[in-house]
Amino acid sequence: MPDLTADLAGIRSPNPFWLASGPPTNSEYQIARAFDAGWGGAVWKTVGEPIVNVSSRYSSLDIGTRRMMGFNNIELITDRTVEDNLREVASIKRRYPDHAVIVSLMVEPKRETWHEFVKMSEDTGADGLELNFGCPHGMSERGMGSSVGQVPEYTKMITSWVKEVARTPVIVKLTPNITDITFAARAAYEGGADAVSLINTINSITGIDLDTFVPRPAVAGKSSHGGYCGPAVKPIALHMVSAIAADEGAPIPISGIGGIERWDDAAEFILLGASNVQVCTAAMHYGFRIVEELRSGLSTWMEEKGFETLDDFRGRSVNAVTDWGNLDLSYKIVASIDWKKCINCKLCYIACEDGAHQSIELVRRRGEMIPSIKQDDCVGCNLCSLVCPVDDCIHMVERDPGRGDTWKSRVSAGKA
Amino acid sequence: MKRRNLAVRLTPKEWKARWKEIHPPLTAAEALVEANRCLYCYEAPCIGECPTHIDIPSFIRKIALGDLRGAARTILSENPLGGSCARVCPTETLCEGACVYNRWGREPIRIGLLQRRAIDHVFDERYEPIPAQEREDGAARVAVIGAGPAGLSCAAVLARLGHAVTVYDGRKSAGGLNRHAIALYKATPKYIDREVAAIRKLGVNIRREVKVGRKPSVADLLEKYDAVFLGPGLGEETRLNIPGENLKGVSAALDFLDELHNREVEKIRVGKRVAVIGCGNTAIDAARAAKRLGAEEVIVLYRRTRGEMPAYNHEYEGALAEGIEFRWLVAPVRLLGRAFVTGARCVSMKLGARDRSGRPRPVPVRGSEHTIACDQVIYSIGQRSDIRFLSTIEGLKTDRHGRVVVKGETMETSVPRLFAGGDCVNGGKEVVNAVQDGKVAARSIHTLIGGSKEASHA
Ligand SMILES: Cc1cc2nc3c(=O)[nH]c(=O)nc-3n(C[C@H](O)[C@H](O)[C@H](O)COP(=O)(O)OP(=O)(O)OC[C@H]3O[C@@H](n4cnc5c(N)ncnc54)[C@H](O)[C@@H]3O)c2cc1C
Ligand SMILES: Cc1cc2nc3c(=O)[nH]c(=O)nc-3n(C[C@H](O)[C@H](O)[C@H](O)COP(=O)(O)O)c2cc1C
Ligand code: SF4
Repeated sequence: MPDLTADLAGIRSPNPFWLASGPPTNSEYQIARAFDAGWGGAVWKTVGEPIVNVSSRYSSLDIGTRRMMGFNNIELITDRTVEDNLREVASIKRRYPDHAVIVSLMVEPKRETWHEFVKMSEDTGADGLELNFGCPHGMSERGMGSSVGQVPEYTKMITSWVKEVARTPVIVKLTPNITDITFAARAAYEGGADAVSLINTINSITGIDLDTFVPRPAVAGKSSHGGYCGPAVKPIALHMVSAIAADEGAPIPISGIGGIERWDDAAEFILLGASNVQVCTAAMHYGFRIVEELRSGLSTWMEEKGFETLDDFRGRSVNAVTDWGNLDLSYKIVASIDWKKCINCKLCYIACEDGAHQSIELVRRRGEMIPSIKQDDCVGCNLCSLVCPVDDCIHMVERDPGRGDTWKSRVSAGKA
Repeated sequence: MKRRNLAVRLTPKEWKARWKEIHPPLTAAEALVEANRCLYCYEAPCIGECPTHIDIPSFIRKIALGDLRGAARTILSENPLGGSCARVCPTETLCEGACVYNRWGREPIRIGLLQRRAIDHVFDERYEPIPAQEREDGAARVAVIGAGPAGLSCAAVLARLGHAVTVYDGRKSAGGLNRHAIALYKATPKYIDREVAAIRKLGVNIRREVKVGRKPSVADLLEKYDAVFLGPGLGEETRLNIPGENLKGVSAALDFLDELHNREVEKIRVGKRVAVIGCGNTAIDAARAAKRLGAEEVIVLYRRTRGEMPAYNHEYEGALAEGIEFRWLVAPVRLLGRAFVTGARCVSMKLGARDRSGRPRPVPVRGSEHTIACDQVIYSIGQRSDIRFLSTIEGLKTDRHGRVVVKGETMETSVPRLFAGGDCVNGGKEVVNAVQDGKVAARSIHTLIGGSKEASHA
């Protein structure tokens, strides 16, 4: 069986699956349940001066029969006292010495206050600190959370305040509500951070009640923009992780977060350079038990691929992401329909006809009109294979393996 | 009549068509769609209805996520005969019957077929999801009597925990009734042989054609081994005890089915018109088999009514759909014929007061004798404990039905270090119940015997 042990900036955990800071990590009771279920680590619900939360806090984007494809919240940091939280952190760390326990902090932008919180948190025996510079709602109106994360100078400054006193690794949690994530990562790195974690939630409005005209979630007839997360945000998170992993300006370990609910999601984050992953929405949806399928699936895949440790594949896909200008313009694929599998829904036909390059025609076969690819016209865009409801029915077949004819090479040869 | 009135021989093509699997496997694509339909309920009712308590939502989620090895591991960790059970369990009344979709007016998740998908996958790729542990100190030596589902389950669990297991079975091939009786359109002997081979690969030593009783006796085994598990199943079918039952063409359902499982099936001929006496699941299996072998008419005779029949409703419905006829409230009093059976003399019955089993007792109707012509009679009116064998075990406590008495949580019998499970304890249930018993016994042997050995070695 492969070894799932993970290491993020020296913080070790029995497996790479951590619970992200959020409602599932609100208390000792919950985290004990989570560790018993098999989670490798947990980032405590963000600690700071306790706040008051609103009632009606979440809303979701459902697609078809799938609930919570996207999830939105207007919750703030912990509403429990600092003392209660830190006492329980100390207790959980004593009970589970081999699991990673991280204290997430969000504090007013004052150097002494940060120093004080860092010391108190580390006194619990926690394995590290996570600075929440990501929360996009509420706290940002008070000069905290994403209002720090969105200004690289603030990120750097507060990180360096923390590093002045911290003895354990410091993880800076980044907000995705920014144009180029690498600026934020560099700022954290320059401030002395030991790792970054991303993404926190994305500004969002999930929908509006068409009878009351108030967006969800509604609080006494009003709403506020919230933080978006869940499976729908994974592609955004993957891109941001890959951008930081490839950025020479911020050579820093990464904890991947955003939309992770399956083992293959985790594998993807690790392939793009993450040292471990954090999960929030999926644990809120199904409970802590999902870690069983996460661990099993990752381990089976590693076994099938011959990987013994996470390092055997970590970062393996980072270099497969490149600038568009480096892509081979002479590479060519075309669609091919497996008529044995085709159920003749004609979704590929109409998608190509109206939405792509009119490269599918309907031909008569055994008394009915069925779709057929016009191979000379097909540009190889993948659209038909993406809309096809049947697995492995439309394949993209390689026509030309490419000859290294990139846009950049054309520019340098003066041919573009 | 000199010659028996036999049904026409089936052509190989007809044969194949009639004996095809009743629940064919799901394709990979079908399994994925089905697995994704599962709600992944918390404290899911299906788990509670599975006698072995497989974590069903977890294995289905693993299938949905493409982790078939993990799914198989989840199944086999609670049910070492997960592949058999996926084929032969009456899922309609177990896991699938409990699926929350039933209450929602939707088809339940096809748990049995998903389970089969996962186990078939690891079988096909020859992957062992739970290899046997190495254990030098504290390994127990255990003898298992009977290579039926109970014995094999016990052996597999013990072998995985690193103990040395020897299984003794009186028959030529291991598998028990699962191998010699269960409907061929559910599980074939070929499949059972494969499953047995996988268990042997865990290091289990199976000694065939060794009947325990005189030599070796259970006492001999108790002397030689640290613990013994008793899984001999039941004894022979109860006889009809009516005149004519020794005529040719009359057989017990178990013997009829046994022949079907151990001979070239193409050679087996049935009568044109077959009467089946009894209406339990074995009787129905025999009736459905006779029909598939080419019998033109198959009539099930039962002395009570449909309401009291011991057979599952879905089995009855299946038989009915296949054209099998049921006659309620009739009992044979004599079988007719010179050499071959030619008919059954029967009386009609009516239901009287409730008997000890809680069912109304059938009482003969006076003057109702009549003859039902037939060319073959198959009877199945119940199986009893193998008292002859059990009585060789000194100090073994049995109840008034001859069932071995055990402590439920450990499966220990009244004899120290002797454990028991399966049909010999429950009087005849399903494969899955036998598997659970074997597993529970193995785990308690591990803690009681293996553990104490470990301690004494320490
Ligand atoms: C016709 C029929 C159809 C069935 N259909 C189904 C079905 O569809 N689904 C289902 O779940 N269940 C079904 N069952 C029930 C199921 O087969 C049994 O519940 C199950 O096999 C019991 O397992 P067991 O290990 O207790 O006993 P058995 O399967 O009877 O195995 C006992 C084994 O012990 C051996 N043995 C006995 N005495 C000795 C001895 N003295 N020394 C050495 N070896 C000995 C025997 O040779 C045999 O191999 C069916 C049963 C019958 C008869
Ligand atoms: C209800 C809710 C509350 C959250 N609270 C916090 C928080 O207190 N601190 C924090 O750093 N992130 C918080 N998050 C963000 C998550 O930790 C995580 O970064 C984000 O949800 C993306 O991961 P996911 O898609 O797995 O949910 C919260 C998310 C949700 C849904
Ligand atoms: S999940 Fe439901 S019951 Fe629980 S706090 Fe939220 S609204 Fe209340």
